[in-house]
Amino acid sequence: MPVQKPVQKPTDGYHDHPVRSYVLTGGRAHPTRNTLRPETLLCAVDDGRELPLGAGRHERALLETCRGTLSLAELAAYLRLPASLVAVLVSDLIDAGYLAVRSGGAHDLPGIDLLEEVLDGLRNF
Amino acid sequence: MASATSEPDALVQDAVVPDAAAGAQHLAPTVVRSVKILVVGAYGVGKTTLIGAVSEIPILSTEETITTASVGVDPRLGAKSTTTVAMDFGRVTVGGETALYLFGTPGQRRFWDLWVGLADGAVGVLLLVDTRRLEDSFEVLDQLEEHTQLPVAVVVNEFPGAPAHAAEDVLRALDLPLDTPLVSGDLRGRAQAVEALRALVAHAVRLRSAESSAA
Ligand SMILES: Nc1nc2c(ncn2[C@@H]2O[C@H](COP(=O)(O)OP(=O)(O)OP(=O)(O)O)[C@@H](O)[C@H]2O)c(=O)[nH]1
Ligand SMILES: [Mg+2]
Repeated sequence: MPVQKPVQKPTDGYHDHPVRSYVLTGGRAHPTRNTLRPETLLCAVDDGRELPLGAGRHERALLETCRGTLSLAELAAYLRLPASLVAVLVSDLIDAGYLAVRSGGAHDLPGIDLLEEVLDGLRNF
Repeated sequence: MASATSEPDALVQDAVVPDAAAGAQHLAPTVVRSVKILVVGAYGVGKTTLIGAVSEIPILSTEETITTASVGVDPRLGAKSTTTVAMDFGRVTVGGETALYLFGTPGQRRFWDLWVGLADGAVGVLLLVDTRRLEDSFEVLDQLEEHTQLPVAVVVNEFPGAPAHAAEDVLRALDLPLDTPLVSGDLRGRAQAVEALRALVAHAVRLRSAESSAA
């Protein structure tokens, strides 16, 4: 079953992830964009801009970890957070211009050119 | 205090999860895209072993929590009805520009329901089977049928003592098309694991070419 969206503010929200995610993300349980996948490549935008003082520690850790390119799944693993929560945080940081998606065409099936390139790459191992 | 000015962002540094950033193994700057393959199979069939044999990074794991409808109604009940589902994965850079992710996905229904978007856009599925307990693969196959139309290749993990079977017999038993690639061997070796990936991607290329020439 899908992750349930909480229907009220929890009283002891730190015992399970969906409720916790809800608090950490300011009341939203789902990312605003649906193009993020576990393999989507992300990289911090290197323009010297600092996060606002009010930003949470997960956002800071996330940007810090994204100084180089990583997938959303890797970010979740390194930060020890559920990928569903990381997707929400990432989505906000992209909207605010702190984080960029590096991999293109996330909506499509890999085309034949890309498949052949992967096959060649595997042949060269 | 004299040192206060030399450490202006001590507070900010403190707030960062320290080992997350330090331990991260970033992709090379040449990598511009990613693709993925799902490694599926019954409990203990060798998914993590295969991923570990080819991955350029140590196996990583991420967890999701499933909570029943009682959340938000009664927190005490909610805490009881929560289970965790973990996903192992690895990564290998192919051809310098592409990161190939290998996601190890268990067969249970709850897993597929949880990881929305996991199968979307995947190159294909490596289905690992143990011929001593082929029937354990049926739940995985049901889930695949329900959630994806991805190219599939079968990997027979030859555990010691497992009886040898003709490829055709295995495919028939799994009710898979007889042109499905099948490789077998000991998945602890890198060569076997790479061979399995090649077989799957080559199959995906064939299927895609057939599609585009039919269109
Ligand atoms: N002899 C032999 N043992 C193997 C092979 N592949 C895996 N094993 C062993 O089988 C056990 C299970 O392998 P895993 O890779 O953990 O299997 P898994 O599918 O990831 O298991 P779960 O994640 O628990 O479902 C481990 O003890 C492996 O060392 C193989 O090819 N030959
Ligand atoms: Mg495993």
